[in-house]
Amino acid sequence: MENIKFVIEKSARIDKLISAMYEKLPEIEADRGVLVTESYKATEGLPLVKRRSAAFAHILRNIPIVIRENELIAGSTTVTPRGCQVFPEYSYEWLEAEFDTVAKREADPFYISEETKAKLREVYPYWKGKTVSDLAKANMAPEAYDVFMNHGIFTVGNYFYNGIGHVCVQYDKVINFGYEAIINEAKEELAKLSFGDGDYVTKRNFLDAVIESCEAVIEYAHRYSVLAIHMAEKEHDMGRKMELKRIADACAHVPEKGARTFFEACQSFWFIQMLFQTESSGHSISPGRFDQYMYPFYKKDKDDGVISIEEAQEFIDNIWVKLNDINKVRDAASAEGFAGYGLFQNLIVGGQDIYGMDATNDLSYMCLEAAMHVPLPQPSISIRVWNGSPKSLLIKAAALTRTGTGLPAYYNDEIIIPSIMARGLTLEDARDYCIIGCVEPQKAGKTDGWHDAAFFNMCRPLELVFSDGVDKGKQIGPKTGDVLEMKTFEEFYDAYKKQSAYMVELMVNADNAVDAAHAMRCPLPYQSCMVDDCIKRGKSLQEGGAIYNFTGPQGFGIANMTDALLAVRELVFEKKLVTMAELKAALENNYGKGLRGYDAERLTADIAQKIAESGSTVNEDVIKAIYGAVTTGEYLPDGARMRYDEILSLIAGVPKYGNDIREVDLFARDVAYTYTKEVEKYKNYRGGTYQAGLYPVSANVPLGAQTGATPDGRLAYTPIADGVGPVSGSDTRGPTATANSVAKLDHGIASNGTLLNQKFHPSALAGMAGLEKFVSLIRGYFDQKGMHVQFNVINRETLLDAQKHPENYKTLVVRVAGYSALFTTLSRSLQDDIINRTEQGF
Amino acid sequence: MGIYDTQGRIFDIQRFSIHDGPGIRTIVFLKGCVLRCRWCCNPESQEYKIQELVRGGKKEIVGRDVTVREVMEEIEKDAPYYERSGGGVTLSGGEALCQPDFAAAIFKACHDYGINTAIETTGYAKKEVLDKVIPHVDYVLMDIKHVDSKKHEAFTGKPNELILENANYIASMAQDMTVRVPVIPTFNDTPEEIRAIAKFAARLPGVMKLHLLPYHRLGRDKYTGLGREYTLDSIEPMPQEKINTLYEAATESGLLVQIGG
Repeated sequence: MENIKFVIEKSARIDKLISAMYEKLPEIEADRGVLVTESYKATEGLPLVKRRSAAFAHILRNIPIVIRENELIAGSTTVTPRGCQVFPEYSYEWLEAEFDTVAKREADPFYISEETKAKLREVYPYWKGKTVSDLAKANMAPEAYDVFMNHGIFTVGNYFYNGIGHVCVQYDKVINFGYEAIINEAKEELAKLSFGDGDYVTKRNFLDAVIESCEAVIEYAHRYSVLAIHMAEKEHDMGRKMELKRIADACAHVPEKGARTFFEACQSFWFIQMLFQTESSGHSISPGRFDQYMYPFYKKDKDDGVISIEEAQEFIDNIWVKLNDINKVRDAASAEGFAGYGLFQNLIVGGQDIYGMDATNDLSYMCLEAAMHVPLPQPSISIRVWNGSPKSLLIKAAALTRTGTGLPAYYNDEIIIPSIMARGLTLEDARDYCIIGCVEPQKAGKTDGWHDAAFFNMCRPLELVFSDGVDKGKQIGPKTGDVLEMKTFEEFYDAYKKQSAYMVELMVNADNAVDAAHAMRCPLPYQSCMVDDCIKRGKSLQEGGAIYNFTGPQGFGIANMTDALLAVRELVFEKKLVTMAELKAALENNYGKGLRGYDAERLTADIAQKIAESGSTVNEDVIKAIYGAVTTGEYLPDGARMRYDEILSLIAGVPKYGNDIREVDLFARDVAYTYTKEVEKYKNYRGGTYQAGLYPVSANVPLGAQTGATPDGRLAYTPIADGVGPVSGSDTRGPTATANSVAKLDHGIASNGTLLNQKFHPSALAGMAGLEKFVSLIRGYFDQKGMHVQFNVINRETLLDAQKHPENYKTLVVRVAGYSALFTTLSRSLQDDIINRTEQGF
Repeated sequence: MGIYDTQGRIFDIQRFSIHDGPGIRTIVFLKGCVLRCRWCCNPESQEYKIQELVRGGKKEIVGRDVTVREVMEEIEKDAPYYERSGGGVTLSGGEALCQPDFAAAIFKACHDYGINTAIETTGYAKKEVLDKVIPHVDYVLMDIKHVDSKKHEAFTGKPNELILENANYIASMAQDMTVRVPVIPTFNDTPEEIRAIAKFAARLPGVMKLHLLPYHRLGRDKYTGLGREYTLDSIEPMPQEKINTLYEAATESGLLVQIGG
């Protein structure tokens, strides 16, 4: 028997809400874009921060509001379900350019009506030259801008085009005391100002903006109250009538004042959360420790007998659905990097309290239960694990993992707390951390973490070593010397470090330019008023109002670089089985497997020119034929292609990261340092420091597509390894070996987060014994100071799909009899047996 | 020569094994077996000699000689997981009792490290071999494949008298023992046969548990890879209802019965 705590029946309402929300393609709406432009036009002469609050207030007073059918908690940023608004103050050109393709693109399509297009075309001209993006570009050193825009070694695109988000605010303060308390706090600070204060102007402007923003939110909630009353009057169903009246009562009271019940706390939470997405377009606005700040309301209602567990669960489930109602349109390239309409609203349960005691409560379990009831991407649910975590909570989490949604993500208090203390957090603040977005730890309500500041492709500096700093015909990196002249591996590795360090410096320049542009163009008084010490300091988060300020850009490609550098060391320098010239040629020619894009065009042009020089005619057909041969690799002589295959098989024989081989893993740690130790040298625009993360979200795929072949045997344009995990398919010793390898990295220095994805066969989690062993696996990894892990459980449907579309599952590994194999290479009948075994669970 | 220098022949070490004894385990597969079970999913384990196996079009060498020290280096890597899960090391095969000095040395070394030990065995060995190895084993998983000796011999190549006799001896010596039955269609898949095995197992001293391991064909491709014929090709894995019937039959013995390892 599986004894799993808090298995609660799902209300029928929840599935209705889910299916209504996913009926149609999400839609782009024009209202916010139009309103923000109206307001900006009307406030040209005002101080910037007051223009921001005026715009926010203008939007909240005039944007259409709806209460969706069946929902218990009101508040939607768009009329259509899962719709999105636009934010021209950040950037707009990309969307205008994609008006006619955004509905048809593969990653995260959005419908946009002709009417919306027309409205937006009307407002866009106003923003020319006035956006955050325009200023960020102007702020950047030309060298940094060139590498960011044209060479794809790093990208700061996320905040270059959008709001920052990536924050967890003081939900508890608003839910307990209401925005009226924040207004009062701001008024008290205003009263303290002396007319002679040097910072009188900035403080007064900011505090006025806070007050205007909070008043606008209160007014906005009252609009819902009125709407609910109107709807209740027309409603014939008595049950629904009562629900609407409950919404009306709640919205009249919260978030203006402190919540009186668990329901009001839920409604208050929801207004706080959704309105971040109206003020700004930043994602990863994370609810954080929801089980902690909501618990007192739940407990009181439960103790007073005014709520049942089932009712409370239904409210929570409803919030889970609504977290998927918020959406965001990104440019086509970014959409691939963040594929899946992700808003990355991270909500975390369990872990320690500020005293170092276990903080698990009923809501911790009920949040995990909600994730089972609502199998949707939002919220990104996480669990904090520490030595004192109750086993029953981990078993509950494992049961959620088993459902195959990839949730929850597991985080290790025992490494995260010391690692963020090393960045200056107090012990109490560190113990109270939550996770932002994907994997980034911060203390809620005190931090502007600027997590996710950039993606840094650690593979590209190695290409620059081979080209002496040249990319696409241009010298963009330092001259580290002719690679063919390098006498020792140390010399070669040193060149990699130099190229990488220079690119990190350019990335920092780009990040600081964007950071400054946000402060200069888009301070956010609403978001800032819920983070200390913005009100006391009288300045926004964007201007450095937070107690803790960080910038966290993440590197990825450790596994590829470890394997690549080791292959070079062993094959070129130690065993001399491959010359550097051969390797260089193999990489330039993508191991004979054909070229694409710029590389293919350049080579086609070269070959065509040579033919022309030899006196032959070069017409369109000839060029087409050359291009065809270049894309398949047929332009190479057979001997060269055979040699490249030999080189590939020699590389395959070099020991790989992810197999629990101590020397290899310790080298991987050193490779990670080439990024993490370089990043932490720098300071940001807000007076804080840089801290590295090691994870790619899903950018390892699109940025891999811009990366040439690497000496680990990775072909050009293919994905780069995911997170801190090994290259897909190169770890052959099972999950404990992979985890041990990854644990040998120094996770403590990567205080902006690390990410390990593991794939699992569901039979491994079958029955209570399976869940217990699974929990032990996580425990064993965390005992060795791993930071984060999450699991994809491959289910029967996945395997059936892999039979139908083997091309999409080339790296799917399954355990057969005493060995692991690539699923798609097995015979059909063996595949069928494995599928049946998956179902039976043994 | 100390236990760490003892040599033996293995063909695989499989980490994160969760179906062969308590907790998360590392299984060391020793090469060589006395029996020739026709359903064996590790046919490359049967011969003691080092062999060539073709898998996915590639040739592999199966079998290598290693010292206990080398084996322990690999075993030790998962110590955190054994500790957290109550797991440890399982010797499997082939038949680990075919290399008694090596097997006993690994078990002693594991106990030096505080690691739990288990063995998966056919029980086909001389008494002095059992005396040498079993005292160092914390948990014995022993197969009883059939109570009828003729049928046993027809499908495994050996009669079962020695096995049944040893079952009693091992059970009396072992700290903890579970009986396992690979359930093979056409061999032992009737309720009567399973009932008889369970009845026998229930009379073994201290034995409380019986595992029924339903037949699967996952080792089939390896027979071809070794250039051998797979003689059970016409046999399909059993439907769940049939497994349930056999489960019911086995529980009549009073043993705690489990499907799968």
